[in-house]
Amino acid sequence: MIRLLPREVESLWTLFTAPIVWALHFLICYVGAAIYCAKPGLLGLDFAAVRLGIGIVTALALALILLSTLLAWRQWGFGTYDPPHDDATAHSRRRFQGFATLLLSGLSFVAVIFVALPAVFLTECLR
Amino acid sequence: MLAPFALCGCSGVQSALDPAGDESAIVANLFWVMVIGGAFIWIGVIGTLLFAISRRERPVSDAGAGRLILWGGAVFPSVTLLFLLAFALWLMPGLRPFATPADASMTVEVTGKQFWWQVAYRLPDGSRVAAANEVRLPVGKRVEFALESDDVIHSFWIPALGGKMDMIPGRRNRLSLLATKAGTFRAPCAEYCGTSHALMAFSAVAMEPSDFDAWLAAQAEPAAGVSGEGREAFLRNGCGACHRVDGTEANATIGPDLSHVGSRKTIGAGILPNTEAAIASFIANPGAIKPDAKMPAFGALPAAEIDAMAAWLKGLE
Repeated sequence: MIRLLPREVESLWTLFTAPIVWALHFLICYVGAAIYCAKPGLLGLDFAAVRLGIGIVTALALALILLSTLLAWRQWGFGTYDPPHDDATAHSRRRFQGFATLLLSGLSFVAVIFVALPAVFLTECLR
Repeated sequence: MLAPFALCGCSGVQSALDPAGDESAIVANLFWVMVIGGAFIWIGVIGTLLFAISRRERPVSDAGAGRLILWGGAVFPSVTLLFLLAFALWLMPGLRPFATPADASMTVEVTGKQFWWQVAYRLPDGSRVAAANEVRLPVGKRVEFALESDDVIHSFWIPALGGKMDMIPGRRNRLSLLATKAGTFRAPCAEYCGTSHALMAFSAVAMEPSDFDAWLAAQAEPAAGVSGEGREAFLRNGCGACHRVDGTEANATIGPDLSHVGSRKTIGAGILPNTEAAIASFIANPGAIKPDAKMPAFGALPAAEIDAMAAWLKGLE
C-alpha cells in the first residue's frame, strides 16, 4: 500500500485529500439526516438504518484518511527529518508538504469522529 | 465582592440553575460540569503560563517544546472535547424527550402574539379550555406543548422547567416538559419580537395533580363573578370585540381570554401585579404600559366606569 503512489509525486492535491473526505463525510451525514427527518417515508427506512449508514460512511471516511496519513508520513520521510523544512530545495519542500498533509490528516480524522458522534447517541428525530 | 451578585442568578423564579423540572435539571447538571471542568482547564493553562514565565532563563529544548505542543495542544484538547461532546450528546435524548401523544397527559397549545400568549388546554377527552398569559401544569406528569405564532417569531422558555423552543409563524413546534416541584415560575419571551418584547412574559405554575384537576375543572366553567356589576360597561364599550369572557356574549379571540383573569398571577402578560388599580390603568392606556400593544386606550371613559370594569374583571376568578 505504501507503494501505491509514486514516492516523488509533485502535486499539491494530496494535501487536500483528507479535508475533502471530511467535507464530503460532513455533507453526507448532515444532508442524509436532514432529508430523513424531513421526509421519513421517502425510502421506507427507520432511524436505525440512518445511523447504520452514518456508521458505514464514517468507517469508509476514516479508512481513506488513514491512507492519506500513511502516504503523507512516507512523503515526510517517516519522521527522519525534523521540521520546519524551510530550505529552498525540492527535498525540503516535499518534506514540508508531507508534514502539512500529515497534520491535516490528523485534524480531519478527529473531525470526522466528532461529526459522526451524534449518531451514537440519538435514536430519533424530534418532529 | 462580586460573588453575591453572581450567585443571584442561581435561584429565583426565572433561573435555569434552580431546576424544578426534569429537563432543566439536566441543563443545570451540564452547566456545572462545564463550569467546573472549565475552571480546572483555566487553572492548568494559567499555571503553565506562570511556569513558563518563571523559567524563561532556562528554555526547554526544541524536542521538549514539540512534545508539549503535541500532547498539550493537540492530544489533550481533542480527547477532552471528545468526552465533553459525548457527555452532552448522551444527555440530549433526555433534553428533548420524544413524548408520543399517548405518553403526555394533555397537550397545551400556546400561541405567541405581540405581546401576549394565547393558551389552550387540550384534554384527552377532546375538550378544550381556553386561557391566556399563564400556563399551569401538574407536577409529575409529562405535558406536551404545541407552540405556534400568529405574527412574528417568539420563543417559549420556562427556565425553571426546561430549555427554550421557538414559536415560528406557519410551524407547529413541539416541546414536552415534566415539572418535578410545585411552584410559580416566570417565563419570558426569549426571541426579540418587537417594541414590547421585554414586557412579554407569562407565569408558569406547577401544581399538585389533584389541585391541578380541580383548577382545570373550574377554568372550564364561567367564573362565579361573571354576572356582577361592571359586566354591562365591559360589553357596552365593545370589549367583547376582541376579548372572550366565558358566560357572556363576549366571545372574540383577538385579545387575551379574560374568563378567569382575576385569578392570574399578573396583568398585561407578566408586567403588572393583578390588582384592580393595575387593571384600571391598563384599560385607560395600554400603550403607556406596553408600547405598541394592539389594544386602544379607553382613557376617555369616565373613571368610575373604568373602575367598575376593573373591579368586575378582578372578580373573575
